[in-house]
Amino acid sequence: MTVIIDYGVGNLFSLSSSLRFLGAQTAVTSDPAIIAAADRILLPGVGAFGDAMAKLEATGVIPVLNGQVALGKPLLGICLGMQMLFAESLEYGHHKGLGYLPGCVCPLSEDLGGTALKVPHMGWNALDLVQPAHPLMKYTHAGDCVYFVHSYYAKDCDDSLIATAEYGVTVPAAVGSGCVMGTQFHPEKSGEVGLKILRAFLEL
Amino acid sequence: MITKRIIPCLDIRDGRVVKGVNFEGIQDVEDPVTMARFYNEAGADELVFYDITASYENRPLFDSVLREVASQIFIPLTVGGGIGSLEDFDRVLKAGADKVSVNSGAIKDPSLIARAAKKYGDQCVVLSMDVKRVAGRYHLFAKGGREDTGIDALQWAKQGAENGAGEIVLNSIDTDGVKQGFDLEMLADVAALVHIPIIASGGAGRMEDFQELFRLPGVDAGLAASIFHFREVSIRDLKTYLRDNGVPMRIV
Repeated sequence: MTVIIDYGVGNLFSLSSSLRFLGAQTAVTSDPAIIAAADRILLPGVGAFGDAMAKLEATGVIPVLNGQVALGKPLLGICLGMQMLFAESLEYGHHKGLGYLPGCVCPLSEDLGGTALKVPHMGWNALDLVQPAHPLMKYTHAGDCVYFVHSYYAKDCDDSLIATAEYGVTVPAAVGSGCVMGTQFHPEKSGEVGLKILRAFLEL
Repeated sequence: MITKRIIPCLDIRDGRVVKGVNFEGIQDVEDPVTMARFYNEAGADELVFYDITASYENRPLFDSVLREVASQIFIPLTVGGGIGSLEDFDRVLKAGADKVSVNSGAIKDPSLIARAAKKYGDQCVVLSMDVKRVAGRYHLFAKGGREDTGIDALQWAKQGAENGAGEIVLNSIDTDGVKQGFDLEMLADVAALVHIPIIASGGAGRMEDFQELFRLPGVDAGLAASIFHFREVSIRDLKTYLRDNGVPMRIV
């Protein structure tokens, strides 16, 4: 069973549809008992970091999540869900994340300098594969395009980089360490390429 | 490098795709799910569904079409048409939309954009504008391009971006349906004022029109309907042509 954690942040329609499309047995839930029994977990998220962390905390699932990670169950954070895997974020103040990966989530705008690039980084961008042999990238090729929408990005996370994209700066696109993985882009909105990444995750 | 986006727009009335020229003379085209699947396979970067259903009673039909598309096609979907409240946002987001495009609804209630951006995030709110030149100025039009609001379109775009719109669809009534190219002058004027993605709409006739469009700095996407629906231009050929001419494109 693949569980999508529902903590009241964002629209889970596409994510659950795409998993169903791939034939996965899924549950959209915040029930700790169901999450504890899951084979793999997806942590979605849109919106602001602090608000999302507070909501996740309020559901009471963080201890279960920690336990599942300790057991080595595959966890995939998507977009803000990926950012929450990191230790901290500087989005509207300073917030602690789940701390599964070292790194800090910082505003893109401050690092784009005088470029004409717009924030959010919105649209299709090509992947550069840092770890082409990573199981999450099993069906992905360098140059494949995926769909991004974000205004903040992870920094100081070189050790966990799986794939990156260029947008004035090098944006961590997929990260991972052990069973904990995340994508800054939306695989559930990235056409065939995204479905293949989700399929690779379902096969873990 | 981020790619420029090609976006087909599907006008939906009573569950079918239709396309009008200059907002009139609507003809029936095809089944929306069939067309969405076709465009997805051809490499469309996003799809826009515009609900032109006249009566409120037919809204559930539109929602069910959207739900069917969204459960089979995994690229960004934008929904517009008849969006006048946060309840409308909620309704189409629950049916699978990723972004919601507001046009007349924002004219009637200018607070709508700010309220929706706060609730759903900037990335979710698209300000769609129908603009026409009137006595040397850009005027914002309402009601599908039929009513001159007298509002200065440049000011409206700027204000929309400040209120939290994440993108602007700029539809030039002057070039819409004429197929002589996008309204480059109008697009450049808006792009100079706002720093959010701009989607150009109205006037595409040939592949070269897109090539000229993407020479403009500040334009992120090109939207068109009839040239794609009537297979005058194939999305795959267009994207290959643009890439060969140096425009960053996602080719599938």
